[in-house]
Amino acid sequence: MPLIAINQNSYECEANETVLQCLERNDCAPPSSCRSGMCHTCMMRSIEGLPPPNSQSGLKESLQQRNYFLPCVCIPTNDMQLAYADDAAAPATEIRLIEKTLLSPSIIRLRFEATEPYEYRAGQFANLFRDEKLTRSYSIASVPNIDSYLEFHIEKIPNGEMSSWVFDELEIGHKINASEALGECYYSQQYADRNMLLVATGSGLAPIYGVLRDAIDKGHTGEIHLYHGASTRDKLYLVDELRDMANEYGNLHYIPTLTKEVLDGIEQGRANELALKKHSNLKDWRIYLCGHPEMVSSTKRKAFLAGAALNDILADPFEYAK
Amino acid sequence: MSEALFDKLGGEDAVNAAVDIFYRKVLADDRIARFFEGVDMGAQAAKQKAFLTMAFGGPNNYSGKDMREGHAHLVEKGLNDTHFDAVVENLGATLKELGVSDELIGEVAAIAETTRNDVLGK
Repeated sequence: MPLIAINQNSYECEANETVLQCLERNDCAPPSSCRSGMCHTCMMRSIEGLPPPNSQSGLKESLQQRNYFLPCVCIPTNDMQLAYADDAAAPATEIRLIEKTLLSPSIIRLRFEATEPYEYRAGQFANLFRDEKLTRSYSIASVPNIDSYLEFHIEKIPNGEMSSWVFDELEIGHKINASEALGECYYSQQYADRNMLLVATGSGLAPIYGVLRDAIDKGHTGEIHLYHGASTRDKLYLVDELRDMANEYGNLHYIPTLTKEVLDGIEQGRANELALKKHSNLKDWRIYLCGHPEMVSSTKRKAFLAGAALNDILADPFEYAK
Repeated sequence: MSEALFDKLGGEDAVNAAVDIFYRKVLADDRIARFFEGVDMGAQAAKQKAFLTMAFGGPNNYSGKDMREGHAHLVEKGLNDTHFDAVVENLGATLKELGVSDELIGEVAAIAETTRNDVLGK
């Protein structure tokens, strides 16, 4: 089995063990969050020994060339000498909380101002750091051309370390670090005349709301169908804002859905299932999916089978910390 | 690698045109769909693209060892010759849809065939 060396020590990987798991076993792992190659929190650099290509997928080319890789998805094929990522490889921006508003009993809206210019596109996500040890990825709900702040929607996860801290302890004026914006789930103006299907569950609405406002701001002419699903009414949010938008823009169709409650004006069922039933031919559509990982992966497949091109299906599944 | 075939088919553009059609046929095929359950579609599409590039005679890093290791868990689930045949059939139907001649389809199928033993762990 390959040997992993770091800071004069060397550890043997077990069969099918990732580099991250091996380092954790030996108490010298970098912080991690999604553990599935999405959030880049655990990124490291290989000083000697090439990382396998899949462990570099999604990293910027400049980082790939310097042998940065993601240990959480790296099952080594050869010995590697590693170093922790330096700050320049994963720049962080300090952001200051300026507003904290409950949008529903389980979802809170945070607005931050960045202490230096922060580049992002509506729909991307950032890793927010409580401290050096704890970080989680959250989608950005604001739109750079419209909003002067950075907005996030945080869902309260039972026993969730990060969300409990956000709900109970994070106060106005508090400063935290945010990673650079990541992810491919954003609006592209070149497809302004295409129909769009937006499907979100829970606080997966955050990036979808950003993409939607960005699309409208940029004069999207195709039809836009937004399905937002939750189990009960208290978990749906921004309902009035989205209804107002749908009244104002004729090409926006907003369909809130509930699985466990029956209410007037709200469809009964799962958002993704209702959407796919209504739109059975998705050829040339642009599809945006965000929310529960199982909803995202099954809808990706079904949208593809309904004719959507793979490149037209954009999704950043929430990965709960495992 | 057969550059002549790859060029005749239209090179990388042809692979890009084929990958969505091919992958959609495979996923919709009840004979083999179960082997693709629970896989990440983006990663899977990248693999399909690598496979098509190889079968089209294009530049590739094909390794019999990787193929064996990559499919071993599917062989355990019962992957056999009939499933391999179904994939090759979908490949042929994809090329037919793209207007490729029967002669070239035969050449592609012959290259795909060379992976059979590795894929099935024989």
